[in-house]
Parts: sequence; C-alpha cells; structure tokens
Amino acid sequence: MVANRSFNLGRLFIYGCLLAFALFYLAPLYVMLTTSFKDIEEIRSGNLLALPQDPTLYAWIKAWSSACTGSECQGLAPFFMNSVKIVVPAVILSTVIGALNGYVLSKWRFRGSDLMFGMLLFGCFIPFQVILLPMARLLAELGLANTVTGLVLVHVIYGVAFTTLFFRNFYVSVPTELVKAAQLDGASFFQIFRHIFLPVSLPIFTVTIIWQFTQIWNDFLFGVVYSGPGTQPITVALNNLVNTSMGGKEYNVDMAAAVIAALPTLLVYIFAGKYFVRGLTAGAVKG
Amino acid sequence: MSVSKAKKPMTLESLLPKIVLAPTTAVMLVCMYGFMIWTGALSFTKSRMLPQWDFVGFDQYAKLFANPRWDVALNNLVVFGVLFIAVSLLLGLFLAILLDQKIRLEGTLRTIYLYPMAVSFVVTGTAWKWILNPGLGLEKLVRDLGFENFEFRWLVEQDMAIYTIVIAAVWQSSGFVMAMFLAGLRGVDDSLIKAAEIDGASKMKAYWYVILPILRPVFFSAIVILSHIAIKSFDLVQALTGGGPGYASDLPANFMYTYAFNRAQMGVGASSAMIMLMGVLAIIVPYLYSELRGGKNGR
Repeated sequence: MVANRSFNLGRLFIYGCLLAFALFYLAPLYVMLTTSFKDIEEIRSGNLLALPQDPTLYAWIKAWSSACTGSECQGLAPFFMNSVKIVVPAVILSTVIGALNGYVLSKWRFRGSDLMFGMLLFGCFIPFQVILLPMARLLAELGLANTVTGLVLVHVIYGVAFTTLFFRNFYVSVPTELVKAAQLDGASFFQIFRHIFLPVSLPIFTVTIIWQFTQIWNDFLFGVVYSGPGTQPITVALNNLVNTSMGGKEYNVDMAAAVIAALPTLLVYIFAGKYFVRGLTAGAVKG
Repeated sequence: MSVSKAKKPMTLESLLPKIVLAPTTAVMLVCMYGFMIWTGALSFTKSRMLPQWDFVGFDQYAKLFANPRWDVALNNLVVFGVLFIAVSLLLGLFLAILLDQKIRLEGTLRTIYLYPMAVSFVVTGTAWKWILNPGLGLEKLVRDLGFENFEFRWLVEQDMAIYTIVIAAVWQSSGFVMAMFLAGLRGVDDSLIKAAEIDGASKMKAYWYVILPILRPVFFSAIVILSHIAIKSFDLVQALTGGGPGYASDLPANFMYTYAFNRAQMGVGASSAMIMLMGVLAIIVPYLYSELRGGKNGR
C-alpha cells in the first residue's frame, strides 16, 4: 500500500511459495496416479513425472484382483472387503457408545464421573504398544484371535475414548436448563437424549463418524498384530503386496494398490473436508 | 451443574447414567489400565513365547538397554522426533502465515495442504518408497534432466534411511500443523497487526513480536501432538523402509513389534513398551495438567 511495487513483489512471493508447496503436497498423489496407469516398460524407460504415454488399466486390474499379498494372489479385493467389515460395525458401535457416554459425562455427572472422564481422556494418549500383548491374550481367550470380530472389538474399545471425548465436549454446550425443564415435565433420561440431544447432534455425529472411519480404515498396528491370513485389513495387505518380492517389482501395481487403499478416506476428505478438519482439531487439541 | 443431584429415591431411572457409563468404565479399567499394569508386570518376568511369572527384576530392562538395536531405535527416535517436529512446525507456521494474507483460493490451497492427513501412513510410505527409489525414482528424474552423476539413495543407506522417514512424515503431518496455526491466527484480532504497523513495525516484525507470542498455546499443543505422533510412529517405517537397511531405521514401536511378536521375546517387548509409555507420560502429563488447570481458570 505504501509502495505499490514492493507490495506486488510481496504478493508474488507469497503466491509463489503457496503454489510451490501445493505442488510439493500434490506430487506424491500425481506420481501415484500416473505411475499406476503406465506399463512396466514405460516406468523403466520414462521418468517419475512423465504422463503415461499409453494409459493402461493393467496395474489397477492386477492390484484389485490378482496381485500377490504374501502367499495368496487374489489382489486387494478380499482385503478391501475385510476392511469394510471391520470399519462399519466398529464405527457404528463406537459412535453410539460415545454419544451416550458423552451425554452422561456432560449432563448427568455423578461422583466419580469426572475422574472417569479424566482417565478416559488420558487413555487417548497411551501408546498402544503397552496394551498389544495382553490384548492378544484376551482375544485368544475369547476365541477371537485372527478374526474380523476381534478387530472390531479392539477398534471399539480403543475408539470409545475419542468418541466419548468428542460428544462430551459437544454436549457440554447444550444448556443444562433445557435438561432441567424437560425433567420437570417428567421426561426420562432416554427421552431427553432422544428429543433434546439427538436433534442437535448431526454435526458431532458427522465429525465422529468421519474421524472413526478414517482412523480405523487407516489403522495398521492393530491390523498387523490381530489379523491372520484371510482376515487382514487393506493396509496390511497393501504393505504385504508392496513388500512381497516375487518376480520383478511392479511399481505400477504398487501404486494402483496404494490408491485403492487410500481412496475411501480420500473421498470422505474431499466431500466432507470441513468435518474432517474439525475432528482433527477436536481429537488432537481437546475441544 | 449436575442435574442428577436433586434428591430423589433410588429408582432405575436415577441409576441410568451410571448404568450407561458402567460398561465403558469397566472396559477402560481392564483394557487400558489393567493391561498397562499387566504389561508392566510382564516386563519384570523372563517371558519369551508365552507369559510366565518368574520375576527377574530389571533383567529385561538391562537386556533391552544392552541391545544395540534398541540403541539405534532410540537414537532414531531422537533424530526423527526433533527434525519431524521442527520442520513440521516451521513449515506449518510459514504456510499458515502466508495463507492468512487474504489469499485467493485459500480454501483450495488448504484442502491441498491437508489431504495427506486423510491417507494412511502405509499409503504414504508406499508412495514415498517409489518416489525415493534409487534407480527409477527421483534419482533418475534428476539424471534425465542432465545431472548425470546425481545420487540420491537415502532409502538404502544406513545413515540416511531415517531421514526419508522424516520427509514422508513431514509431508503427511505439516498440513495439519498449518491448520492449527491458521485457526490460531484467525483468532488473533486484525487490529493488533494494524496497530503494530502504524507504530512503524514491518509486517515481519509485527508477526514476530505481536502474533507469535499470542500463538504460544498453539505451539504448545502442536509440539505435544507431533511428539505423540513421533513416539507412536510405526506404520510409516514398516511401509517405507521396513526398518532397514538392516535395522538402521527402526523406531521403538518397530522394535517392540519385532521382539514381542516376531522374535517371541515377550519380556523384552514388554519392557520396551513400558519405556515408550514413560516417554509419552513425560510429555502428556504436564500437558494435560496445564490444559485442565487452564480450562478451569478460563471458563
């Protein structure tokens, strides 16, 4: 504003930097996509950034239906389905439990409930390595070792800390007077939840579901420890596919597989980014 | 505060809040705190394949710290942690400040910076493994540009592999730090900068002396979150380097996994997990303490 020229130079610098970094963040996605449409010959002769000369779906088809992930060679399809079977019940259960917990912890506090909340909050931070071994024992005792059900259980148990935190921090802002008034009118615990809390809960349900979906879909640690042949989630299968060294390395298949594994959460992010970011900040910073 | 405090006879209805919370409380006590204690106890036994309860004091810890592989993992954690946190903070702050200059397309740019956060570390590792591939990746790209002697093979170099983890982790998490700082900046009153500028300070100085101090809490939170990510990092290493070459890029979480589940050395695995827990505690306890106290004062 003072001197117009330096002002413009400054703006140019700002936009230049922002654009350069946009390219930095986009580059891996670009490389993954272009590589996945090349054939292996083109990968060897061309370079990383070149567009595919002769786009082919070969890598995608192989990644989905016939690539080897260890001793089996059925592609990612069955593991994609495993992930779906793990994610759907785990997200629903942990979200519902979290909503009820949050409702109690925000509006029906009793002696000890704050302590319980504190302990649960702390649980969000523990490194899962300290529970891996005993949890493996428990799953074995329950006959759930290497099963999809076992993985659902684990994700629900350790996801509830987060979902409770989300709902509790959201419900705290619902006026307590509303609850009191409803109580005077004779409304019950569940009626109040159903008629006062549920109707305003859409945003927090969205945030929580997206958060849980992303967390569980992207999980690798629980997946690799608690799954067996045939029940692995997609992240574990992807890792096996990439690190299986049978025959020549097919980078195009690796990349197609990576995109397939990333696609569900990427789509959620693209279509519901606002809620995703809210979940990140709520989950990370404590509301 | 609490609604349920009104004096009423004990009815099922009045017990409902406790009943609703009971399962979570029980599961939490067993599966978080109970398991923590279980692992702690296990770390004092000589368990290998299966848990067994012959207590051997600190033997496993002694073994752990005598293990060169654990030494490498701890060193890597320091190198990785410091670089990952520092670079993510600087980059995140830099981008947030730039984005805060009334930028066109701000929404689009934010979306681009943040999307890696939606992707799993395994995917990130796979992508970067290909990009950093010696022979066909970045190295070849630069050579094709005419720099024929260009070498970039960190992925397979003992001393450098850990830095590839830093690159990929920064790529994945710095957008998130940007979002935190941007949210913080949006909370700062514009007139503060204007006032500083009227007083003759350059924009740079205004940020340095006026805005950054206000953003202190954001720095604090970001550092806690990033160090938490660093200590728990596992998937990225597994996917990008597999801990290799050899075990040169192992982090403690990878060490724990290898010993507890692949090498049937439960005692060593448990003791390494306990060390990780203590590392997290050292960061989280002061943080939660100040957060909870701050919350009470603030509200």
